[in-house]
Amino acid sequence: MTLDVEWARRWVALAAQAITEAKDELVELDREIGDGDHGVNLDRGFAAVAAKIEGMDRPATVGEILTTVATTLMSSVGGASGPLYGTAFLRAGKVSGLAELGPDAVVALLEGALEGITSRGRAGVGEKTMVDAWAPAVEAAVRSAGAGDEPAAVLRAAADAAADGARSTIPLVASKGRASYLGERSAGHMDPGARSSAILLDAAARAAA
Amino acid sequence: MKKLLNAVDDAVRESLVGFGAAHEELVRVHLDPMYVTRAQPLLRGTVAVVSGGGSGHEPLHTGLVGEGMLAAAVPGEMFTSPTPDQIAAAYQAADAGGGVLAIVKNYTGDVLNFETAAELTDGLDVEQVLVNDDVAVEDSLFTAGRRGVAGTLLVEKVAGAAAERGDDLAAVAEVARRAAGAVRSMGVALRAPVVPHTGRASFDLTDEEVEIGIGIHGEPGRHREPFTGADAITAALLDAVTDDLRLASGESVLLFVNGMGATPLSELYVVYGRARTMLAERGVQVARSLVGSYVTSLDMQGASITVMRLDEELTSLWDAPVHTAALRW
Repeated sequence: MTLDVEWARRWVALAAQAITEAKDELVELDREIGDGDHGVNLDRGFAAVAAKIEGMDRPATVGEILTTVATTLMSSVGGASGPLYGTAFLRAGKVSGLAELGPDAVVALLEGALEGITSRGRAGVGEKTMVDAWAPAVEAAVRSAGAGDEPAAVLRAAADAAADGARSTIPLVASKGRASYLGERSAGHMDPGARSSAILLDAAARAAA
Repeated sequence: MKKLLNAVDDAVRESLVGFGAAHEELVRVHLDPMYVTRAQPLLRGTVAVVSGGGSGHEPLHTGLVGEGMLAAAVPGEMFTSPTPDQIAAAYQAADAGGGVLAIVKNYTGDVLNFETAAELTDGLDVEQVLVNDDVAVEDSLFTAGRRGVAGTLLVEKVAGAAAERGDDLAAVAEVARRAAGAVRSMGVALRAPVVPHTGRASFDLTDEEVEIGIGIHGEPGRHREPFTGADAITAALLDAVTDDLRLASGESVLLFVNGMGATPLSELYVVYGRARTMLAERGVQVARSLVGSYVTSLDMQGASITVMRLDEELTSLWDAPVHTAALRW
């Protein structure tokens, strides 16, 4: 089983739907330690992305879709999450110029996304950011692909690790992003960017199931 | 929630259209993508000073577009940084061959979007100056660094004046960096703003509490304390600012008391009066002043105190003529 262009289309549609459903939850998380707009901004961005991808005429590769996701997010989200997710999808798209992705290509896609986020945001693991969801997701994907799993199982492993990673941000004190202004008061809340990352990866896994 | 808005999603755009109509002799409003330029083009070769950031801080930045100050401003959604394509379009529109000086408030979102925009405008000379005047945030490895708040207006004023007198890009950037290095601010909230999209206060504060060290995007501040009156709050803000600046007796400063959007001007003058007395007691001369709501946070009730250490050049750049919707002399 490989993942094709139709999988990428399903991913985008499921992601847009999931972000809309999680909008209030993300706003509430961001209100605790940020400025409360994460859910609204991402929902606006993914609604634009869903419309754009639906209207795409026969994309030949997964990378084409991911690159369009990237440019649409960059021009519609704003805030910190716009360039961060935009760069993530851009780098993921760059390494996915294929009609179909096997397990190793899925790993490369996730690695590209993580590399985009860390190079744009200059954050590492443990700083209470979306990196805390993406880094364990990549590790889990590498392990799963190494064990000979199918692409769908690789994505499921990544999504579950991302969800655990998002939960792991709760006790952390933020040292990057707007939550860092709160100092110690940022502890006790889940990072909204890590949570939305887990939602996006879950949508990717569901699209492959 | 009662606000003078129609559809929440149209709020920024509708406000911008009204702004453009009200000040048509000064500005041109572009809607797709959103940015504001001067009505009259810059003299050929003049540096274009451009700034931008989330909406909800008006008159910053759109109200500061005009002769002697900004060449263009880029408004984002409410409290949300503008996007790179918007910023890049504003750079292209504003450039008059002298290059672009971007003045960016140090917020992660603003920094990332302006940085990405600069990558989109190959072939254009873009210099970037970060403003990080908020002493409420420790500038350390453990934060995103100090935020840019009300001091941004002062940096924009002196940079705009330097560009208007014909300084080249490197010189305008140098003056802007010097101004940014000489300015410090700190703010207090008595009541959090209500962001239109959520319809709720962006943080919870009782009637007996104030939030010290707030930013301008509705994020909570450094700590919360009991409300103890105007003089005590003024002292807390001013001490933090002057300690950080290491102001010495005999120095000359600009004192800027800024309202956060829903604070009566009369209260700002109470704060100004106390701050002025405190500075005089320390032998610091207040040579220039500004009092009013210029760098706001929607309908937040509160104020910030900004002090800029002046030298002869910064004073003359501050005094230089300016003609914008919000500042003119």
